[in-house]
Amino acid sequence: MVPLSWYLILSAILFALGVSAFLLKRNIITIFMSIELMLNAVNLSFVAFANYWNQHGSKLALSGQVFVFFVMVVAAAEAAVGLAIIIAVFRTRETLNVDRVNLLKL
Amino acid sequence: MNQPDLRLWIIPLLPLVGTAINGLFGRRFKNSMVATVALLFTGASFAYALWAALQGSHLSLPHVEQLPFPWIWTSTFQAPFGFYLDQLSTVMMLIVTGVGFLIHVYSVGYMAHEGGYYRFFSYLNLFMFFMLTLVLANNYLLMFVGWEGVGLASYLLIGFFFLKDSAANAGKKAFIVNRIGDFAFLLGMFLLIQHFKSLDFSAVFENVSKLSPETGWGLLTATALLLMIGATGKSAQVPLYVWLPDAMEGPTPVSALIHAATMVTAGIYMIARSNPLFSRAPHALEVVAIIGCITAIFAATMGLAQTDIKRVLAYSTVSQLGYMFLACGVMAYSAAIFHLMTHAFFKALLFLGAGSVIHAVGGEQDMRRMGGLRKLTPWTFWVMTVATFTIAGTPGLSGFFSKDQILWKAYSSPGHGNWILWAVAVATAGLTSFYMFRLWFMTFFGELRLGSVDIGEEAHSPHAPAQAQHTAASHSHGHADDQSHGHGSVHESPPVMIAPLVVLAILSVVGGYIGVPQALGGSNKFDQYLSNVVKPPSEAMPAGEHPGEPAPQAAEENSERTTELVFTGVSVGVAAFGFFLAWLLYYKRPELPDRITSRIHGLYSLVKNKYYIDELYGLLFVKPLLAISTHVFWRGVDQGVIDGTVNGAASVSKGIGKGLRHIQSGNIRSYAAWVAAGGAAVIAYMIYLGVR
Repeated sequence: MVPLSWYLILSAILFALGVSAFLLKRNIITIFMSIELMLNAVNLSFVAFANYWNQHGSKLALSGQVFVFFVMVVAAAEAAVGLAIIIAVFRTRETLNVDRVNLLKL
Repeated sequence: MNQPDLRLWIIPLLPLVGTAINGLFGRRFKNSMVATVALLFTGASFAYALWAALQGSHLSLPHVEQLPFPWIWTSTFQAPFGFYLDQLSTVMMLIVTGVGFLIHVYSVGYMAHEGGYYRFFSYLNLFMFFMLTLVLANNYLLMFVGWEGVGLASYLLIGFFFLKDSAANAGKKAFIVNRIGDFAFLLGMFLLIQHFKSLDFSAVFENVSKLSPETGWGLLTATALLLMIGATGKSAQVPLYVWLPDAMEGPTPVSALIHAATMVTAGIYMIARSNPLFSRAPHALEVVAIIGCITAIFAATMGLAQTDIKRVLAYSTVSQLGYMFLACGVMAYSAAIFHLMTHAFFKALLFLGAGSVIHAVGGEQDMRRMGGLRKLTPWTFWVMTVATFTIAGTPGLSGFFSKDQILWKAYSSPGHGNWILWAVAVATAGLTSFYMFRLWFMTFFGELRLGSVDIGEEAHSPHAPAQAQHTAASHSHGHADDQSHGHGSVHESPPVMIAPLVVLAILSVVGGYIGVPQALGGSNKFDQYLSNVVKPPSEAMPAGEHPGEPAPQAAEENSERTTELVFTGVSVGVAAFGFFLAWLLYYKRPELPDRITSRIHGLYSLVKNKYYIDELYGLLFVKPLLAISTHVFWRGVDQGVIDGTVNGAASVSKGIGKGLRHIQSGNIRSYAAWVAAGGAAVIAYMIYLGVR
């Protein structure tokens, strides 16, 4: 039986990696992926807690599972919109470096 | 109080009304209107003062009046607007208004060609207001108001030609030097408040008269000395006399009114007024007498070598004030006031006569360029002759009686007089006679040397650059502004200027007869008149020192009378010798003075440059003060501490802003980094809570 803290530590590591990548990377797609990584790190802790409560016979178990689905849906929608924006940006500026995309005006 | 209300406040108020009218509206008035207003209010003040004096003779003096509203009213200290009429203030009030009125009349003619006519008369009336306040006040604080006010008026009038640097600087010098004395005066008042809880003359003197004379250096001596320092400032005594000669930068009527007849005598008046205090502080009296003596002889020697007609008179004034101080110092207060009065007449006459001379020769003030004016300006010549003989102490004229009384008291005053004081005073009398007749001969006899004598730069160079720092440019070119007096050739002054001169000349002649001493067959009415005010404390003398009361009095009085006559003879002889010397050097053998001065060149230039006192003060006080002000107060305190604090606060907030600016960079990822850091901090805190 894997204890809860292991899941949480893994989740924290993933989240930290996501944050670091978000802050340090210049490529907009990498930044996008690091956001997904952070979301999934959170999802991991949700399911870990859900499993934990399930073993202790609490009704809270289902909430965790349900919330993960919500996050996935939002993430999917966000990915669709975000990728569309990225394609539009790439078309107009021919670059994906965020430092060059710091002006709304062309 | 069942005494009638004389409404004494009207006396000072009248000139103030004149000031207000001329000051506010004078600019639009014609000159004749300005003169009318000024003369009207001064004349009315004189008339009212005369009336009050007459009324006062029926009253029991001192007569005190207070305005119905208080000035300063606290539980521990009160100062009312009170007026004090006694014999002393009556005399002073009449001198101030009378001589003041005559000088106003004279100014109408003298200032006719100057700009700022209304300004002049407005200031002059303001001076009258403050001087009358000073004289009539019933407490030291109100007196101090007048005291400061006359200082202000003096400053304004010395700097009347304010476009001239030397005049502006002379005004400042007078004001600042006077502040030193005023500071001591203030301290003296604080001592009085502390110990007598009052500044009221009646209250203070009543309290003081309960004390017996001090033998050592106690409270009374300290207070008296502080008041005396105040008087040395106002009355131009050593060591604070330096402002008076420079004050001659003002128009001549101002020199006559303020710097000869009235304001400078305020110090004498104050000491005479405080006589119950001074009489109980023998050490302070000693100091007063010594200062008066030193001033008298010191200023007289400085007057010997001056060539500017007004400066000779200025040093003469300082010297005569020294006499009055000396008289106060030997407890001969009534003699001091007597001399104050005669001096007011003849010195005002001398100054106004000098003004008339300056007017006649077109603004020239150097006596070496004058001469031969006897025939050209006969009226001026005759009044100046009267004045010169009066100040020199010719028997029968007023200056003789008053000066002689001082000389006699300097020797005979029990417990205070001695022969050293007398000898110095007699020597001064000789010097006075010499420099006055020198002035007289140089101005009125011989040939007119106007423009013919080349004395310009070479003669002035020794003191011009050295003095430049405090008294500004040498007066030779300074008076170029006064040249507006000149209209054509030498001429007599208009009647409006001559008339006051004649009145003053008459007063100079007859003024002395109210105080003829017993030794000369008089009854010394003046002394008796003032005796109520200045009566010496009966317990002032230790009992033993007042020898033989009733029995041997007649004999003693007789021998005393003879001594007094001998002393009078000596002083007249000395004065005559001064006359003879002046006659020899400046009339008979006019080439002699140059030979003598070249023989004793060092001494001569020392005297001519006024013993370098101005330079000494410059070195001792002015320069260090400027240095301290520049390096410590300006650069150090002002720029370093005050500006430093303000600038420091600014630069600290600037630095903080500079640091904080980085968190508002506009860069999204740096915001994200802050969010992440914040999150990390929260988590770290929670972990810390959990671990604990």
